[in-house]
Amino acid sequence: MLQFSFWDILSNLLVATQWTIVLSLIAFFCGGIVGLVLLFMRTSRIAPLEWFTKIYIEFFQGTPLLMQLFLFFFGIALFGVEVSPWAAATLALTFWTSAFLTEIWRGCVESIPKGQWEASSSLALSYIEQMRYVILPQASRIAVAPTVGFSVQVIKGTALASIIGFVELTKAGTMLNNATFRPFLVYSLVALIYFCLCFPLSWWAKKIEGRLNVAR
Amino acid sequence: MSYKLQFAELLPYWNVLLYGLVFTIVLTIVSTVAGVAVGTAGAAARTFGPTWLGRIVAVYVELIRNTPFIVQLFFIFFGLPALGLKLSETTAAFLAMVINLGAYSTEIIRAGIEAVPKGHIEAGLSLAMTKWEVLRHIVLNQAFRKIYPALSSQIIIVMLGSAVVSQISAEDLTYAANYIASRNFRNFEVYLFVALAYLVLAMLTRSALRALGRVIFKAR
Repeated sequence: MLQFSFWDILSNLLVATQWTIVLSLIAFFCGGIVGLVLLFMRTSRIAPLEWFTKIYIEFFQGTPLLMQLFLFFFGIALFGVEVSPWAAATLALTFWTSAFLTEIWRGCVESIPKGQWEASSSLALSYIEQMRYVILPQASRIAVAPTVGFSVQVIKGTALASIIGFVELTKAGTMLNNATFRPFLVYSLVALIYFCLCFPLSWWAKKIEGRLNVAR
Repeated sequence: MSYKLQFAELLPYWNVLLYGLVFTIVLTIVSTVAGVAVGTAGAAARTFGPTWLGRIVAVYVELIRNTPFIVQLFFIFFGLPALGLKLSETTAAFLAMVINLGAYSTEIIRAGIEAVPKGHIEAGLSLAMTKWEVLRHIVLNQAFRKIYPALSSQIIIVMLGSAVVSQISAEDLTYAANYIASRNFRNFEVYLFVALAYLVLAMLTRSALRALGRVIFKAR
């Protein structure tokens, strides 16, 4: 029988950690892009666009991420397309991330004083120009801390991709546990690796937040 | 798309769904009550307790906040029996939920406590109130009023996160969905229906908590 030493377990987990990181990065960046588009729609003051984003956000914030993964995994298959766990996880996490980022950023946009909107519209800037040159540069300063904070949620969210069969850190932990029968060691290491990924981000988010409060 | 959605296939399983729904609701309520109790104790320990206790609480909070819930659940359910602590899947699910919400609410309540002006505590002490009376009537009273909205949304997040307990076969709403899908193979219908059930549950929880807040924090 194959024997696993401590280093075998750790090195296998670290290999799988790469996939957690890749999936987190893709979900975060694609989610950010979708979130930005939704942000423009949400603040556009065009009723149908606002309604659409409201329902979109309500759905993705009001249902478990696990359900969304299942829906993408089985839903796309209904169209006769073979779905890999990789594709389903990427899509679900992207949409889930975008919903939360849109809400976070909307809060930042709304914290910009109304006078800024009025001043820029009296300078005949279009809505897109107002956002691009006046609102977003100011809102993005406030947005950094909560956005970094949310990236921790994205990393933790990728753990659920293990359930639809995507081999990342948690799935690797389950597989190693089945092979070695050392659940305490395996899951301690898995938790520790997640902690090493997330804690620096949490700490950084807190630090930026503190700096913003001083400036005020 | 040549596939026709058939929601009628879910009807024979209404009792499975109902059981799962009740399980999820009970799980949420119990872990809310116990988790907020843990959070209150943790926050009080961090702000008023001895330094060593505060450090332990800080480590607990950071460990839980920076690891995924599913890993915590697996650690409790699969990892702890190796140390001789065997738990049923239901107990493990409840325990993991309480530990998880406890950590988040510690952080939330601590923020509320720190927002209470020091002068209020000093005023209370100078009126010959004991430490406990000050904590109960002055500090926590004001702290909870301030952080109630944040705590409410954390409760909803935890409720949605509880879908994961199905993975250790605790019989919640998601477990019911998996069970039905494995029998009638109507995966998409089942998961869509259950996702919407969670959505309704989240909305109802939000309005229930808001109503509860109005009752608790009536006019001063």
